[in-house]
Amino acid sequence: MSIIDNDNIQPSGDVDQRELLVEAKSVSYWIGNRQILDSVDISVRRGEIVTLIGTNGAGKSTLIRILLQLIKPDQGKVIQCPGLRVGYSPQHVHRDPILPLTVRHFLALGDSISLERIRELLDEVGVGNILDYPITGISGGELHRVMLARALLRKPDLLVLDEPMAGVDAASQSELYSLIGDIRDRYGCGVLLVSHDLYMVMADTNTVVCLNHHVCCTGHPRTVVTHPGFISVFGQDLSNTLAIYSHSHDHDHSTRCSEPESSDRPS
Amino acid sequence: MEDFFLRAIIGGLGFALAAGPVGCFVVWRRMAYLGEAIAHAILLGIALGFLLEIEPMITVFVICFFFAYMLARIEQDQRISINVLLGSISHFALALGLLALAFMEHIRVDLISFLFGDILAIDSFELATIYTVAVIVCILVKWQWRNLLSITVNQDLAAVEGVPVEKTRLLLIMVLAMVIAIGMTIVGILLVIAMVIIPAAAARCLTRTPGQMVVVTTMIGCLAVVSGLYGSLIWDTPAGPSIIAVAGVIFFLANLIPFREK
Repeated sequence: MSIIDNDNIQPSGDVDQRELLVEAKSVSYWIGNRQILDSVDISVRRGEIVTLIGTNGAGKSTLIRILLQLIKPDQGKVIQCPGLRVGYSPQHVHRDPILPLTVRHFLALGDSISLERIRELLDEVGVGNILDYPITGISGGELHRVMLARALLRKPDLLVLDEPMAGVDAASQSELYSLIGDIRDRYGCGVLLVSHDLYMVMADTNTVVCLNHHVCCTGHPRTVVTHPGFISVFGQDLSNTLAIYSHSHDHDHSTRCSEPESSDRPS
Repeated sequence: MEDFFLRAIIGGLGFALAAGPVGCFVVWRRMAYLGEAIAHAILLGIALGFLLEIEPMITVFVICFFFAYMLARIEQDQRISINVLLGSISHFALALGLLALAFMEHIRVDLISFLFGDILAIDSFELATIYTVAVIVCILVKWQWRNLLSITVNQDLAAVEGVPVEKTRLLLIMVLAMVIAIGMTIVGILLVIAMVIIPAAAARCLTRTPGQMVVVTTMIGCLAVVSGLYGSLIWDTPAGPSIIAVAGVIFFLANLIPFREK
């Protein structure tokens, strides 16, 4: 497995100059009396991978739904660049056996596309063999890849993946992450990734946004893990583990940037 | 063949044609309770027709559309369980309809024919209405097929991909209201939702794609209408319940067929 270190190809300073795809400005959201989001700022630029992390119930999916303009924030605003094409993979995809739907028909729902293009897309995400399988008969990992194919269908400017790793085993996770990195390079899109898996996000991400109703801290993965806001949410132990991990990662890449690096990835 | 029997078969087939595509969506989107609530409001429509002294079919359509619209609004509000809400409204509407008819002492109505249908007494106006609705339903479902299916599979995904989710959902509910309104004349208020969902449920076991399921549902509906009507002629049984009974038998037989998905 060869993973290219995106940090070295695209230093984060460079990314800051790129086209802004979507931006939330001091967004707040309540459900009843409960405040789910408290003046949250977040943005994704073209070519950037932004990872949103936070514990369960931190408001991650709500923020995603606001950024996608599926719900309106109670305060603040969301700006999407004009004509933005979004590819979205929701956290939960309910698969009901009462609806007979093959993978091919599922993908054809996204856009009017040819069978050829569907085949290409499935090959691209590495599940070319399940074209005619019922959507209820494929594994969780295969479903995530099919969802990714559906998101890529419309050649997105922005790819929004809500917990794409849920239910995927560790070995397949790193494969899926490198696939997402490849896709970012190939399509030149921005990626917004939601994850609660803190170990895997580190390598390919340009910006980590750590959410606990408000933004605790934001920045490059290396700086975020030592931030007091991060430690207050995720604890000192995790911070230490990740600091060591990201240090060795950093060190590794300053000497050989495009070498296989599976050894320094916990899997 | 007797004239009334031919009209019954033609009317029943028209209804099966309209109920097939909509029935699939009702099953996929779990709208059976919603359909039943609309159906139970029909008696109110009939009472209104008598009260205003206009053709009851017209007031039935008006009431069905009105109820469908209200329920579509309520369905969005998720504060209490939708099934509890629909179950309550549904039978409240049925009770109100029965009361309204009971108050009109000057009119003698054959309640049984409304509750279980009177397909053998179908007239030309009703036939014309059934086929108008069948054509409208087929055109709308064909035209909006991908949007309808997309919001059925995943509403958020559909919205991000630019499908007007609310409009599409409302369209489906209105189409269902039309189908239920014409179904009243065929199998009656209490059985109409059965004719919408049973053929679709039977077709699921026999098909592998959404399009196939719509076609097979419609075919099963037609089969149930024709054999149910012939059965009622031979054994002198009530027509509406006979049609539903045949549909039910087809459903159980379809479930017996060993069918494996890859």
